[in-house]
Amino acid sequence: MKNKFVQAILVIAFGSALITSCKPKSSGDAVSGDAAEKAYVAPGKYDEFYNFVSGGFSGQLSVYGLPSGRLFRVIPVFSVDPEKGWGYSEETKPMLNTSHGFVPWDDLHHTEMSQTNGEVDGRWVFGNANNTPRIARIDLKTFKTAEIIELPNSGGNHSSPFITENTEYVVAGTRFSVPADYSNGDVPINTYKENYKGHISFVSVDKTSGEMDLAFQILTPGVNFDLSHAGKGKSHGWFFFSCYNTEQANTLLEVNASQRDKDFIMAVNWKKAEEYIKAGKGKKQKVKYAHNTWNEHTHTAKSEMKDEVLVLDASELKDICYMIPCPKSPHGCDVDPTGEFIVGSGKLAALIPVFSFDKLQSAIKNKTFEGDYGGIPVVKYEAALHGEVQKPGLGPLHTEFDGKGNAYTTFFVSSEVVKWDIKTLKVLDRVPTYYSVGHLCIPGGDSKKPFGKYLIAYNKITKDRYLPTGPELAQSAQIFDISGDKMKLILDFPTIGEPHYAQAAPADLIRNNGQLKFYKLDDNKHPFATKGEKEAKVVREGNKVHVYMTSIRSHFAPDNIEGVFLGDEVYFHVTNLEQDWDVPHGFAIKGANNGELLIMPGETTTLKWIPDRVGTYPFYCTDFCSALHQEMQGYIRVSPKGSNVPLQFSLGTNLPATK
Amino acid sequence: METSKISLVSKIFLFIISCLFLGSLFVPMWQIDLDAPQYPEGLVLKLYANKIGGDVEIINGLNHYIGMATLHTENFIEFKILPYIIGAFSLISLGLIFLNNRKFVLAFFATFVLFVILAGVDFYRWNYEYGHNLDPNAAIKVPGMAYQPPLIGYKQLLNFGAYSVPDIGGWMLIIAGTLLFYIVFKGFNLFKRKQNI
Repeated sequence: MKNKFVQAILVIAFGSALITSCKPKSSGDAVSGDAAEKAYVAPGKYDEFYNFVSGGFSGQLSVYGLPSGRLFRVIPVFSVDPEKGWGYSEETKPMLNTSHGFVPWDDLHHTEMSQTNGEVDGRWVFGNANNTPRIARIDLKTFKTAEIIELPNSGGNHSSPFITENTEYVVAGTRFSVPADYSNGDVPINTYKENYKGHISFVSVDKTSGEMDLAFQILTPGVNFDLSHAGKGKSHGWFFFSCYNTEQANTLLEVNASQRDKDFIMAVNWKKAEEYIKAGKGKKQKVKYAHNTWNEHTHTAKSEMKDEVLVLDASELKDICYMIPCPKSPHGCDVDPTGEFIVGSGKLAALIPVFSFDKLQSAIKNKTFEGDYGGIPVVKYEAALHGEVQKPGLGPLHTEFDGKGNAYTTFFVSSEVVKWDIKTLKVLDRVPTYYSVGHLCIPGGDSKKPFGKYLIAYNKITKDRYLPTGPELAQSAQIFDISGDKMKLILDFPTIGEPHYAQAAPADLIRNNGQLKFYKLDDNKHPFATKGEKEAKVVREGNKVHVYMTSIRSHFAPDNIEGVFLGDEVYFHVTNLEQDWDVPHGFAIKGANNGELLIMPGETTTLKWIPDRVGTYPFYCTDFCSALHQEMQGYIRVSPKGSNVPLQFSLGTNLPATK
Repeated sequence: METSKISLVSKIFLFIISCLFLGSLFVPMWQIDLDAPQYPEGLVLKLYANKIGGDVEIINGLNHYIGMATLHTENFIEFKILPYIIGAFSLISLGLIFLNNRKFVLAFFATFVLFVILAGVDFYRWNYEYGHNLDPNAAIKVPGMAYQPPLIGYKQLLNFGAYSVPDIGGWMLIIAGTLLFYIVFKGFNLFKRKQNI
C-alpha cells in the first residue's frame, strides 16, 4: 500500500521531469559549453575589437571591448557629463550650442565609422542627435567629440549618420516631417499634407581633417524617414532610406500610419544630385544652424552660426529620387557587402523583402513605374525585388552581413536573430535572444569587408537578465560567435542607455592609428595656458578674476589666493603640467554651480565660478594622482565688495597677512 | 722577425676603431631601465656623450617623492668634456695608422683602459651621490634606504627594478676596445708562437 503510493509519486515526478525536459530551450540556458573560453580575455590582454555603442537617451557613446564585453569608456557627445566636465568647462560649452542656445541633452541613436574604399578605416565615429537634429564626429585619436553640426529643416534626426563608402557624405533624414525653417511654420497641424515636408541632408566630410559641412538638402514629400544605408561597390553613388507614414497622418500614427500595406524605401541618386547642385539647380534657403568645432591646439570649442542651405526639390528633378514599395512600415534598410542587395525590413512584417540594385536600375531605365508619390516615381515592387525571405520570424528590424554571403536579421516581435543566405534567401539558423532585440552589429558588418567572427545583439526592452536594479533594469547586449555554421551565444554584457546600433573595428586599426597619449605642453596654444609654475598668476580685469593655475603631482600653483570680492566672476584656467601618460588632474571648488574639471596631461581647461558669499573656499584635485593626492589642495579667500584686501597669491610661502 | 710596424689588418682595424669612436657620439652610450608594475612600458634613462635623454622629466617627477635631486644635463661637466675626449680618441686612432708604430698603439690602448676605469669610477660616484643625497623633507622616507642604481646589472629600488647596461654607443666602445686589444696582442706577437711551431 505504502509502496504503491511511493511508486505513484515517483511516476508523477518522473513524468513531470520528462515534460519539463521536453520544453523548448529558453534563451536562459542557450549557452554552449565553451562560451566562457571564447569570451574570456585574460587580465592584461587586449580585446580583438573595439565596439562603439550608442548610448540612446544618455546622449553618449560607449566603448566596449570584444569579445570580453568590458566597458572602457563613455565618451560624452550630446549630453553634459559632470564626470569629465563636458558642457561644464568654458572650453566645452560651445560644443553643445545650437540655434536654440545651449542644449544640455540629446538622444544619440546610431553610430557609424568612417570608411575608405568601403572598409572601416578607424579614423572617426559619427553619431546622430535625434531630438535637436545634429551630427557629431568623434575623433578616434583622442576618443573625443571633435565636431557637432546642427541640421536645419529637420525634426527627429533618425536616419542618420550613415555614410558613403569613402566618407564623402554623412546623411541625415528627418524622422518628423515639419514645415521647413525657411517657410512659415505657424500653420494648423492638420494641414500636414500641404505644409509639412521632408528634408534629407548631405553633410560632406573633409578627407584629411574630417571637418563637416552641410553640402545640400533634398526636399521630399512629408513622410517619416526611419533608417538608411549607402550603396557600395556597384551601387556607390546611391543612398537608400526607409520611410513610413506614407499615409501622411499627423495624429495617432500607431493606427493612422499603419494603414497602407506597403510604404517605401527611397533610393537617392546622390551623384545625380551633385550634378544638379553643380548646374545651379539648388535653391539657397535662409535657415539658422550651429556648427561647433573643437580645436586640438587651443583645447577649445568654437560655435559658429550659419544661415544658408542649398535645397534641391526632388519633385521637380525627376531623376534623383525613386520610391520602392516595401511591406509593412519598413524600419531597417541595409545594403549587403557587394552593394547589389538592399534588405528592407517591415517592422510589422512576417517576411523580409530583398531588392536588387541591378533590377532597380533596369526598372528605372524601362520606366517600370506604378505611378508617383508626391512627384517622385514609384518603381513596381516586383520589378525591383530580388525575392522575399519566407517565414523568417516576426517583426524584422535590422540586418548585418558576415562577408561570407550570409545575412543576419533581428526580429523584435519573435525575439531572435536569424541567419539567412542572401542569394537563395533560405533561412540557415536562428537563435533566441532573451529580450526584444533591436539593433545588431558585426564588426565591419555594414561595410564591404565585414569581420564575420562575432555578432552582438542589443536590447530594445530591458529584461531581468541580471540582478534587478529597481524598476529600471540593466540595458544589455549579447555576443554570439558566428565563425561556425551555427550561431553560439558566448556572453551577456550590460550597456548604457538603450543601445541603438553600434560599430566595431579591429583593435589594432584604432590602437595603432597614432593614438594621442597626452597633449604636448609645447603645442598647447590655449590663450590662458600656464606652461610652468613660474608663470602662474592671478589677474583682475574689472570684476573678472583670471587664475592662471598649474597642476602637477601633488600641488596646484598657486594654492593660496586672496583679494577676490563678492560679485567677481572667477575663471580658473588650470593647466596640467604632467607629460606622462594617464596622469590627469581634477579640479573642484566648494559651492560651484558647475561641474568639475578633468584635465588631461598638457591640457588647459577653465572653470567659471561665481562665489555667492564671503568666506574662504577650499579647492582640491578630484582625480587620484599620486600618494600625495589628498594633499593636493588650496584655499581662495572671498572678501566683501569694496574691501581693501590686495590681490595676491602664493605657493609654499606665506605672504604677510592682510586684514 | 722583429718590427715596430703594424700590419695592414691592424690598420684597417684602427680605421674601424676611429669610426666606432666617432659614431658613438651620436647614439646613447648607456641606459638605465626602470621597471615597475604600474609602468608596464617601463621608464628609461639614456646617457649620451653630451646629454641625458629618455624619460628624464617623468623620472624627475617620481624622484621628488623620495627627495632625490632632479637630473639636468647642465649640472654635469662630464657632458661638456666627454664629446671632446671621444672625438680625440677617434682622431688618435686615425693618426696611429700613419704613425705606424705598435708602441704608440700600446700607449693608446693603455690610455683607453685608464679612461674606462675613470669613467666607471665617475659614474659610480654620481650614482652614489644621487642615491644617497636625499632631501630630509622628502615625503617618503624608508629607513636605511638608498636609491643608488647599479653600476652595471640589476638592482631592486623600492618598487622599481633598475637595469643598468651599455647602450649602442657603449657597445661600440667595447668593440673598439676589443679591437685595440687584438692589435696590441698581435703586434707583440703574442699569437704568433704557436704558428712558428
